[in-house]
Amino acid sequence: MSDLSRRQMFLKLGAAFNGAVGVLLGIPIVGYLLSPLTRGRNGGYDRWISLGSTDQFPAGQTRLATYRNPGASPTDGETAEIPCWVRNIDGNNFQVFAINCAHLGCPVRWCPQSHLFMCPCHGGAYYEDGSRASGPPERGLFEYAFKIVDGTVHIKAGELSTPGLSAANRSLVQIKGQPPCA
Amino acid sequence: MRLIRTVGKWVDQRLQLGAPMRETMDHPIPRETASWAYVFGSAAMSAFALQLVTGILLALIYVPSASEAWNSLQILNHDVSLGWFIRGLHGWGSNFMLAIVLIHMAQVFLFGAYKFPRELTWIFGIFLLLLTLGMAFTGQVLRFDQDAYWGLGIGASISSRIPLVGPALVKLLLGGPIIAGATLSRFFAFHVFVIPGLLIAFMGLHVLMVLKLGINEWPMPGRLVRRSDYMEKYHEMTHTQGVPFVPYGVWKDAVFSAVILLAIAGCAFYFGPFGPSGQPDPRVIQTAPRPDYFFLWLYAVLSLLPPQLETPALLIGPAIALIVLLALPFVSGEGEKSWKRRPIAVLMILLVAVGLGTFTNMADHAPWSPVMDASTGAAIPSKFLSGRTPLQIQGALVFASKQCHNCHALGDIGGQRGPALDAVAVRLTSDQLVRQVLQGGGNMPAYGKNLNPAETTALVAFIETLHPASQRAAKDASLPLGARR
Repeated sequence: MSDLSRRQMFLKLGAAFNGAVGVLLGIPIVGYLLSPLTRGRNGGYDRWISLGSTDQFPAGQTRLATYRNPGASPTDGETAEIPCWVRNIDGNNFQVFAINCAHLGCPVRWCPQSHLFMCPCHGGAYYEDGSRASGPPERGLFEYAFKIVDGTVHIKAGELSTPGLSAANRSLVQIKGQPPCA
Repeated sequence: MRLIRTVGKWVDQRLQLGAPMRETMDHPIPRETASWAYVFGSAAMSAFALQLVTGILLALIYVPSASEAWNSLQILNHDVSLGWFIRGLHGWGSNFMLAIVLIHMAQVFLFGAYKFPRELTWIFGIFLLLLTLGMAFTGQVLRFDQDAYWGLGIGASISSRIPLVGPALVKLLLGGPIIAGATLSRFFAFHVFVIPGLLIAFMGLHVLMVLKLGINEWPMPGRLVRRSDYMEKYHEMTHTQGVPFVPYGVWKDAVFSAVILLAIAGCAFYFGPFGPSGQPDPRVIQTAPRPDYFFLWLYAVLSLLPPQLETPALLIGPAIALIVLLALPFVSGEGEKSWKRRPIAVLMILLVAVGLGTFTNMADHAPWSPVMDASTGAAIPSKFLSGRTPLQIQGALVFASKQCHNCHALGDIGGQRGPALDAVAVRLTSDQLVRQVLQGGGNMPAYGKNLNPAETTALVAFIETLHPASQRAAKDASLPLGARR
């Protein structure tokens, strides 16, 4: 009887030892799995990045610009080349919109004739200032924070714009209620 | 012959699998279940086996790197001998497997097979359905093209809407802040290691339970399932009038599996592989991403739901569906099995089938998507132009150049996002047309800022001519007769 309880004690000891080693191994594994979250925004991908000289963006026009995502890795290939829409309102004021529709992220196209951004997926449409015009999106286009330094347009970029992202809502353009009248 | 027997004996003495295998082959099944209605589970397994084999074959060539995946697919399609055929088998195999899994599920539901004592078999079946859908979605991503790239964006947008954890979930899903190399690598790991591993494990348990508990008997109207005596009755049924699984049941399984594999091969040979479409370069924005066939219904639902209902429906809908499916065997674990006495069950299957079919069919021509090149590429039929004044012709030009045609059809040409305008002048007066164009509304953008007065006048002059010869244009009845335009 005493021998049996001795064996049971060893069994418990063995199980506890395995459990402890499991936790010891589990911590780095979980840390590894969570690395997309723990790699900091400030030191990593959320950075000011140049889109080029303001001369490329004539006043009154909206043009496509692309940038290589900060923190991109060599295996990313073309997927790190991110497009965005740059609107030069009057020569001094700019708006930089994410390419992703605020509905489900499809690439919106600027239609200069009708002054609308249109999404080919579910038919979302936005006015030239990025505010919602019609269709399924619940809000306007996502905007990048931007600054002009020495005649160059800089935006703060690095993260895919999705409806749930608080960063994407920083400079939210949203005209509530009715669309603007003529 | 004697040598084979000797070797066999030698192996079995050590492995000792002969007896349990013979037992499995000879296990009695109810006579009526040796039926063509019971072949779908084994066919799904055969399709999965084909996926395993073709998947390994593709992995010999495929490069799971965001910079190289698309090129390696081109090499598979064009440079490797019969690479296109193996890709075709894998792509069509996926579609067939999903279809068979759904048919299997419908059959099991209609035959009441989820009732006592097979509740857990049903629950593992639900897991298998989810895992199969997971394979389909991750597989679509591995075909790393434009649709895969933007499809990931859609997945990210949906995930991001989950309260609190959404944005973190997006980063975990994508393996980083954007869709890039890490995204493809982790989808590869899921598609090739994690999900197939789980599939094999759950499939093993699923089949083991079918063997342990016995295949569901053919449901007879009025023969009710009761927890108290079902096991005894089933035992009696199989041991007095039962037949051995081999050969009575298995030959139909074998024939149907072969037919399915042949059909997959036929489709792969005749239609070829799926894609890849354009390169996964986000700078190429001239694209209209579409999901694969089995997710088309979701694409339609997301277009048709009112915007404010979308997030709740996306987040709560799947949870409710899952809870209903998981709770089913516990809510109705006893009672009638026959579909002949379960009209609601039959109606539900019909409703789901008609619903999915309708949404899939709608998504096939996606009337909600603007036709992006209609303003430059679509003709305005001559019947809407002949005999018009210069001002009205000018309006037709505005109609095309301001991209009204992208959303509004004329003579069935153009987009269907908004209503067709063939007879719009019968519905709206001149003033109402001006208001609609300038202020928008009813899901139409306002054009007030983009049209100068001359353009608006011309456009409305053109639209006013859009009425059948037999019907007159609408007039504002509040105005005195002489002032009506």
